[in-house]
Order: sequence, then structure tokens, then C-alpha cells
Amino acid sequence: MALVTTTKGEMDDSLLEKKEGFVDNDHEYTTWVEYWLAGELVHRSAHVSLKKNVSSAVEAASFN
Amino acid sequence: MANTQAMTTSFMGELLTGTHNFGTAPVRASGATDAFKAALYLVTATVNASTTAYSAVNEVSGAGYVAGGVAVTFGTPPTATNASATAGVAFVTPSASITYTSVTLATAFDAVLIYNSTQSDKAVSVHTFGSQTVTAGTFTLTMPTNNTTDALIRLATT
Repeated sequence: MALVTTTKGEMDDSLLEKKEGFVDNDHEYTTWVEYWLAGELVHRSAHVSLKKNVSSAVEAASFN
Repeated sequence: MANTQAMTTSFMGELLTGTHNFGTAPVRASGATDAFKAALYLVTATVNASTTAYSAVNEVSGAGYVAGGVAVTFGTPPTATNASATAGVAFVTPSASITYTSVTLATAFDAVLIYNSTQSDKAVSVHTFGSQTVTAGTFTLTMPTNNTTDALIRLATT
């Protein structure tokens, strides 16, 4: 038994339907968890791990 | 010995610390580290390489989210590393995850803008991810490893 923060306040997770998923590609690894109450989404959290950076190339010009 | 044309790696590292100024502004009054923040943007926003500064236009909104986003911690100074006489990399990565706690963001978002809140909110970088929403929950962005290939912000000689 654990308490989950929901749109209706703290709730016992045994009262809720839990759904989990993930996305794993070249760009990110993402996990998410949802808790539903009688067909209503009452909690959703997501955790994104970025895999790709932003990179800039720099160059020194040649005189010849 | 032979000379080799190259952008010096030390210069790239010093770009990340604001050491060189080829223009007329800004004049840095102190050597203190700037403060950086991370703001989330809706999928309908257009933040990209042409973004020059933080804007609240098309930023996410919702319970628990403060406009402008959250602080980003750069606990480790930029690193500049030579790979050869012609190649080097300068890089820096936030030292902690970027976390939005106890928020409800009902409209889908897919990008975070990191910007310098000390220097007039000037933009640093945009990072995208799959579309997300959050309901009475937490959104966390975990940083990649801070090294020459994976660091979040990376300058490299070609």
C-alpha cells in the first residue's frame, strides 16, 4: 500500500488502476506512470532521460 | 615540429565561461557563475536555434508550474579536452536533473529551453523529447553523462 498524489488528494494506490509505459529511441529514454480512478486520469508523471546533446561545430579558417 | 591550423580547445572552453568578448557587450561585472533556468514549451511553440531569449509565449502553464521554469544547476565547470592537434571538445552538463514537482500540465509539451536568467534571459539551448502531459505529478529531465561525447552542451572542432 502506498499513497499517490492525485487530483483528488492523496489516495491509496490499491484504489487506483495503474498504467506504466516507456519510450526508448535514439533521442530519449522515457518512462511514465498513470493512475486512473473510475476512468478518470488522476495522476501522471513522466521521467525523460535525454540521450542526444546539442553540439556546435567550430572551425578556424585557412588563409590558403 | 610543425604548425597545425586549429581552433584552440582552450578557447572553446573559455567561450563557455564568457572569457572572450569580440563585441562591445555585455561587460561582465563579476566572475560569479550565472544563474540558469529551464522552461517547458508546448508542442505548438516554435523554440529552436533562432530563439534568442526566454519568452512566456507558448510556455506551459498549470497548477504548480511557475512561469520561467525552474533553476538549472551547473555544479561542474565546463571542460575542454584535446583529442589531437586539430580536434578538441568543450562541454558542460547540468549536474542535477531538472525537476518540476507537483505540477499539472494538461496541454502537451515537448521541449525545454535552457536560458541564462542572469544575462537578460538569453537563450542557451533547446532540447526536445516525446510529447508529454503531467497530472498532479512530477516531470523529470535526467541529464546525459558529462563527457566529450554525451554532454548536454558541446562545442567541437570540425
